[in-house]
Amino acid sequence: MKKNLKKSNKEPGHPLDSLLRKSRIPHIWCPGCGIGTAFASCLTAIKGSDTNLENFVMVSGIGCTGRAAGYAKLDSFHTTHGRAIPFATGMKLANSELNVVVFSGDGDLFAIGGNHFIHAARRNADITVICVNNLNYGMTGGQVAATTPYKAKTTTTTMGNPETPFNLPLLAFASGATFVARWTILHTRDLTESIEQALSKKGFSFIEVLSPCPVNYGRRNKQKNLDVLNIYRENTIIKNGINPTEIETDSEKTITLGNFIDSDRLTYMERYNKICRQD
Amino acid sequence: MKPGSGGVLTGEHYITGDVACAEGALAAGCRFFGGYPITPATEVSEHMSSRLPMVGGTFIQMEDEIAAMASILGASWAGVKSMTATSGPGFSLMMENIGLGICTETPCVIVNVQRGGPSTGLPTQAAQGDMMQARWGSHGHYEIIALSPSSPQDIFYQTILAFNYSEKYRIPVLIMTDEIIGHMSEKVIIPDACEIKLVSRPKPKGGRKDRFKPFEPGPNGVAPMPSAGEGYNMHITGLTHSENGYPDMSVDAQEEMLSRITGKIHNNLDDIIKTESYCLDDAEIVIISYGISARTSFAAVDQARKYGIKAGFLRLITVWPFPEDIIRRMAERVKGFVTVEINLGQIHLEVQRCIEGKAPAILVGHPGGTIIAPDFVTKALMEAF
Repeated sequence: MKKNLKKSNKEPGHPLDSLLRKSRIPHIWCPGCGIGTAFASCLTAIKGSDTNLENFVMVSGIGCTGRAAGYAKLDSFHTTHGRAIPFATGMKLANSELNVVVFSGDGDLFAIGGNHFIHAARRNADITVICVNNLNYGMTGGQVAATTPYKAKTTTTTMGNPETPFNLPLLAFASGATFVARWTILHTRDLTESIEQALSKKGFSFIEVLSPCPVNYGRRNKQKNLDVLNIYRENTIIKNGINPTEIETDSEKTITLGNFIDSDRLTYMERYNKICRQD
Repeated sequence: MKPGSGGVLTGEHYITGDVACAEGALAAGCRFFGGYPITPATEVSEHMSSRLPMVGGTFIQMEDEIAAMASILGASWAGVKSMTATSGPGFSLMMENIGLGICTETPCVIVNVQRGGPSTGLPTQAAQGDMMQARWGSHGHYEIIALSPSSPQDIFYQTILAFNYSEKYRIPVLIMTDEIIGHMSEKVIIPDACEIKLVSRPKPKGGRKDRFKPFEPGPNGVAPMPSAGEGYNMHITGLTHSENGYPDMSVDAQEEMLSRITGKIHNNLDDIIKTESYCLDDAEIVIISYGISARTSFAAVDQARKYGIKAGFLRLITVWPFPEDIIRRMAERVKGFVTVEINLGQIHLEVQRCIEGKAPAILVGHPGGTIIAPDFVTKALMEAF
């Protein structure tokens, strides 16, 4: 007993150790980055899930968030840029026992992979997609993304972004996702619970996680590390169940958070079994 | 069509090459198909869409060829034999994920029913212009296996062979057919299921799952492959990785990975390379061809022999890896070579490389849109030699 106590004092554990590839730590994420927090919420939700851990699969694309799969002690797949969703779709259709989670970034999922996202939502592929949205391409040094706010500065929009960003929950809703939520890395409990719901829900679930990128986005937009967290604390409002057309995404105004959509629709495989295997 | 035992449609059929290809896949145990419509490969998708649900498989038409290719990789890692079929423009779109399949050593089969290119080219007419793309189309250095059938009956068997190679060597295998074979109807005999030899990917044999390395080569250079959900907690990445699957950005890891993915092909050439010989024993002039142009070449040999020319024909069943040794040995004893292909000289470059100037070599090529008539080959051959 004493011996065990001594040992555990020497090597303090982390509650998520059982789901982490410890040999891969330290991770690549910068100080102040929010991906680790979103990742921890995801692993916590997975750990608390009823699904056998062996059946969880994490699929990532390319980018900072895309590296998450490499740290998760699950069957994990780090695919090509933008293609995590179709890879995950094929995997789920080939083995319906698997609980497939796509964990990737905004650039990966909504610019290069945007078409796959809307089609997976439309056909209600039975997967969970978690998008860490840090408003820019972090891995390559901070370029403009499909989520970068109007007028924001990045290395490819040094005078300010002339484009309009996507409203991701609205896009997911309009495409047919049956679970749509939006949280920040400051709202870790809400986020974890939301992911838990998504994991146990049949059909296409989407969760956007707002996350700071102080090194590449923050410093070009006069945001210190704590500024973003203050925005998440003071400029957000939780409106569960609100219609995604009413979601406010402009950080200058109030950012709407919540579990917006939780509806039921047959998945692709359910419809396929019903219609194509009718004989 | 009614399903036979395990998806094998035993019997005599009069079907197109595209349909025969789909039936070959089903007979090989393919149970997932991710497709996207494109002339002249659409019929492969159509046939798979109606047949797969009958045998417990799944068909999905994805949003583009990039997604189709990604989906078959995902399905393969879920433990299911998977395939897609496309043509030129779609083949171009699949290239990046074919590379992911090569890097992550993922068994799957990609059918390219070739049409005239570049770009949209000749959607409804044949060509063999993607042969070098098949070899080098994805970025980086790698080895690939590509087969080239020359009839609907042939594509049936070669599709089975393609699946067997992909499973045995853990590699995407390409079937480089063309519009003429895809759309031509001929008699296809499908044997009993028990006469079809199938190969499945090597699986881990016991041992501690937490110490399993997904890229540690077995005896033939190929690593055993678990499926997702079997408890191995494997990490699979398109980054350069070491045997344990983890990213490793070192020069040594790059060298080790490249030696593995190229070595497993280099060291098994005798098993992988298949050719057919026609009148080669006493041949002085050797025609080298593949796919639909093989049929031109058989006829050209017969014609040339009528004129007293000792012509013979080497048909490439396996185009990649290229049968270098066979051609090198021939170059020592024959008077000349003729490459016949519906492009302006792709496999011809390989032929020239292997001959090393020891015999003259000519190309009878055509940029696409039509089959090459045997007369052209015979005439060219008589003029040149």
